[in-house]
Amino acid sequence: MTDITAGGVSPPIRRVEFDTAESKARLRGRYRSEARFKAYGIAALAVAAAFLIALLSSIVMRGIPGFFQHYLVADVLVDAAKIDPEGKGDAATLRAGDYTAVARAALADAIPGVEGRQLKRELNGLLSSGAGDALREMVVADPSLVGQRVRAPLLLADEADVFLKDSGTKIRVLTDTRGVASPSATTGDVTILVGANDFADDVALVKAELKALAEGIDETVARRKARGATVESLADLEKEAADLRRRYEAAATSETLDTKTASRLVGINGGLVKVKEMTPTLVKGEVIIPLKSTADAAPGTWDIRVYETPESNRNLNDRGVAFLEELKAKGLIESQFNFAFFTRGDSREAELAGIQGALVGSILTLLVTIGLCLPIGVLAAIYLEEFAPKNRITELIEININNLAAVPSIVFGLLGLAVFLNFFGMPRSAPLVGGLVLALLVLPTIIIASRAALKSVPPSIREAALGIGASKQQAVFHHVLPLAMPGIMTGTIIGMAHALGETAPLLMIGMIAFIVDVPSSLTQAATVLPVQIFLWSDLPEPAFKMKTAAAIMVLLAVLFVMNGLAIWLRKKFERRW
Amino acid sequence: MDMRPDPLIMMTTPAQAPTTTPTKVAANNVNVYYGAKHALKDVSVDIPEKSVTAFIGPSGCGKSTFLRCINRMNDTVASCRVEGLIQIDGKDIYDPALDPVQLRARVGMVFQKPNPFPKSIYDNVAYGPRIHGLSRSKAELDQIVESSLRKASLWEEVKDRLNDSGTGLSGGQQQRLCIARTIAINPEIILMDEPCSALDPIATARIEELMEELRHNFTIIIVTHSMQQAARVSQRTAFFHLGILVETGSTSDIFTNPTDKRTQDYITGRFG
Repeated sequence: MTDITAGGVSPPIRRVEFDTAESKARLRGRYRSEARFKAYGIAALAVAAAFLIALLSSIVMRGIPGFFQHYLVADVLVDAAKIDPEGKGDAATLRAGDYTAVARAALADAIPGVEGRQLKRELNGLLSSGAGDALREMVVADPSLVGQRVRAPLLLADEADVFLKDSGTKIRVLTDTRGVASPSATTGDVTILVGANDFADDVALVKAELKALAEGIDETVARRKARGATVESLADLEKEAADLRRRYEAAATSETLDTKTASRLVGINGGLVKVKEMTPTLVKGEVIIPLKSTADAAPGTWDIRVYETPESNRNLNDRGVAFLEELKAKGLIESQFNFAFFTRGDSREAELAGIQGALVGSILTLLVTIGLCLPIGVLAAIYLEEFAPKNRITELIEININNLAAVPSIVFGLLGLAVFLNFFGMPRSAPLVGGLVLALLVLPTIIIASRAALKSVPPSIREAALGIGASKQQAVFHHVLPLAMPGIMTGTIIGMAHALGETAPLLMIGMIAFIVDVPSSLTQAATVLPVQIFLWSDLPEPAFKMKTAAAIMVLLAVLFVMNGLAIWLRKKFERRW
Repeated sequence: MDMRPDPLIMMTTPAQAPTTTPTKVAANNVNVYYGAKHALKDVSVDIPEKSVTAFIGPSGCGKSTFLRCINRMNDTVASCRVEGLIQIDGKDIYDPALDPVQLRARVGMVFQKPNPFPKSIYDNVAYGPRIHGLSRSKAELDQIVESSLRKASLWEEVKDRLNDSGTGLSGGQQQRLCIARTIAINPEIILMDEPCSALDPIATARIEELMEELRHNFTIIIVTHSMQQAARVSQRTAFFHLGILVETGSTSDIFTNPTDKRTQDYITGRFG
C-alpha cells in the first residue's frame, strides 16, 4: 500500500542554501573537481595520441623505403651466346638462360675497363643474384629480343640499395686543386705527383681524426677502469690508442689511410684512384676505375673526393661506393616501386624477399579459421543464449568460455602441437593446422560477441514472433539472428583481425620456418604475416629492417581495412527499434 | 486491511454472467509461481466468446500474468510454473499433447509497447500467414495482408508504402500494425496487454474503436490500467488485486455496483 508510516524521530529539515560561504565553497569545489577530471581525460588522450602518432610515423618512415627498390637501368645486350647458344628459341631454353651473365656484361659496359678479379667481383657484387629476373620475363614473353639491345631494369643488391636509400656516406668533392697532377699508370697501383701541396690539409685532417679516435678510446678505457675492469681486458684497447697516438704525433708528413678514417679518392683523367698513402704533394693508391691516360692533369681538372664515413662503419666498401657513384653520375640508377615485394616469397637475399608467401599463408589460415569459427561460434552462441536451459551445466560452460578467452595464446599453440600434429599427425607448418589453432583461439571471442549481440536484441521482438505462433527456432532465425547479425559480424571481424595478428601459437606448430614458395594448398608449408615480420626483424641486414617495417605497414593496412569493414557493417545494418 | 480472498467472491461462476454467449476461455483454480513468489492465487474465471473482457487492477496484481497464461507465453519464462486448469472451448491448453506454438496461432497477442518487426509493413503482416502456410499464392497473401490491414483500419494510411519499414510508422500506427499482424493469422482470441499505454489519446481512441469492430469476430481480452478504457470498451470486467481475482462481472455492474469493497475503493480511486 502507499501509506508509509515513518518511525522514530524525524530529522531536522535542511534546505540547500545559495549564498552562504559554505555552499559557495562547495560549489567551487565541485566545479574544480569537474575541471580536473576533464583535464586528466584530455591529458590521457593527448599522451595516447602522441604515442600513436610517434609509432605510426616511425613505422611509415622506415617502411616507405622498403616499398621501393633501386635498379640499374641499362641497355642490355641480350647475348644469344649466353641465353640460347643452340638457337632453339623455346620457352624452356629461354627460361634457363644465364641472365646473370647478361646483366653483368651490361654492368661491365657501363663501367668499362675494370681489371683484376677482386675489383670485378666487387663490381658484380652490386647486382643482385636475381638481377636478370626481370630481363628473363621480358625475353620469355618476347623471344625476338634475343640478340637485341633491350632497356631493362637490373635489380641491385641490398647493400647497394640501402646505400642509395640511406645515402650511406657524406661525399665531399674538392675541385679547387692547385697543382698539376701526373699519374704514373692507368690501372693497378699508381702514384700521383702533384705540383702543389694539395694534400697538406688532408694530412692534417687525418691526423686530427686519428687524435679524436685515440681520445675516444682513452675515454672508454677510463670509463671501464672506473667500473673496475681488469687491466688485462683493457690491454688491447690501450695498445690501439697508443698506435693511433704514435701515428698522429709522428712528425712525418706521410700518412697511411686505413678503414678507420674517412676515405679519400682522386678523380683524374676520367678514372678514380683510391688513396692508400699520402704526403702533401704525392699520393699512392690503387685504381678503381681505370684512367684514360697518364697525361698530366691541369689544376682544377682533377679532384679529391672524401667519403666522410670510415669504410669500417659502412656496409658498402670504397670500391662499391665508387662504382655506384659512377653509375649514378651516368644516370643509370633508378628507384622504382617494388611490385616484386607483393609477388615474391621469402628469400635470403633482402632485395628478392617479398611477402606474397606470408600474405597467402595468412589468407589460407584465416579462411580455415573463419570457416570453422563462424558457424560453430554463432550456433553455439544461439544455443546458449536462446535455447539452453539456465542451469549449473550451462553456467559452467559459460564460465569456461569466458575463461578460454583469457587463456594465453601460446597455450593454444601447445595444444595444437600436441593434438593436431602429434596425435592426428597433421602436416607441420600447414595453414590448415594454423587455422585450427587460431579457431580455438578466436572461438570464445566470437561466442561472447555473438551472445552479446543476441542479448541486445530486445525481447519484444521475440515476444512478437512467439505471439503470432512462430516456434522458438523460427523466432530466432527469422527475427533475432538477422537483427544480431551486425553485432555478430563485427565481433567476428574483430576476432579475425586478432587472429591475423597472432604469432605465438603459430610458432608452436612450426609456421616459423623459412619458406620460399608461395603456398597453394592448405597442407603446404606456409608462414603468416606476423611471423614473417618476426623472422625478418631478427635478420642483421639493414635491407631487412626496411622490409620489416614495410611488412608491418601491410599488416596494419589489412587490419585497418578489416576494422573499417566491421565499422561499416555495423553502421550499415544498425537498426533502431 | 484484510487481504485474504473472500471465498464468496471467488465463487463467481458463468451462471452469474448476465450474457447468454458461450464461454470461450474457462480458468479453474489457476495458480502461478515465479520461483518462490506466488503471483496468482486460485483464479477462476469464465470469458465469453466474441466480446471484450477487461482485466483491471493496480500494478503487480497479476492481471498480465494471467493473460500470458492464456497463450502460454509464460512458458518462455524459465522460473514460471502454472497450476490449475485453463480450457479453451473445453480443451485443456496445458495438455502435454498440445503444442504451445499452435496454441499461440489460435490465441494472438498484442503487447504493451508496439513491437513491429524491423521489416516492411507488408512482411510484418505476411509473416504469420507465411509460417503457418495460410496462403497458397502470392495473390492470396496480398489479399490477406490487405484485409488484415483493413480490419486494423490501417490500410488507407499505408497502402502506398507497404514496402516501407514498419518501425517508421507512428506509435499508434505501429500498434495497429501489430493488431493487423495478429489478425492476419485469424486467431480466435486476441490478448491485449495494455495496448494503449504507450499511445496518445487520439491513437488510443482509434484502437478502442478498432476493438469495438473486432469483437464481432474475435474474443478479446484486454489488460488495462485505465478504468475509463475498461468501461468504454469491455462488456465484462475482472478486477485483480494482489494476485487474487477479487471480482468479475459485467462491466456496468462492476463500475456501478461493485460487490467487494476493494473493487469499490479501486474504481473510486481510493488506491491503485
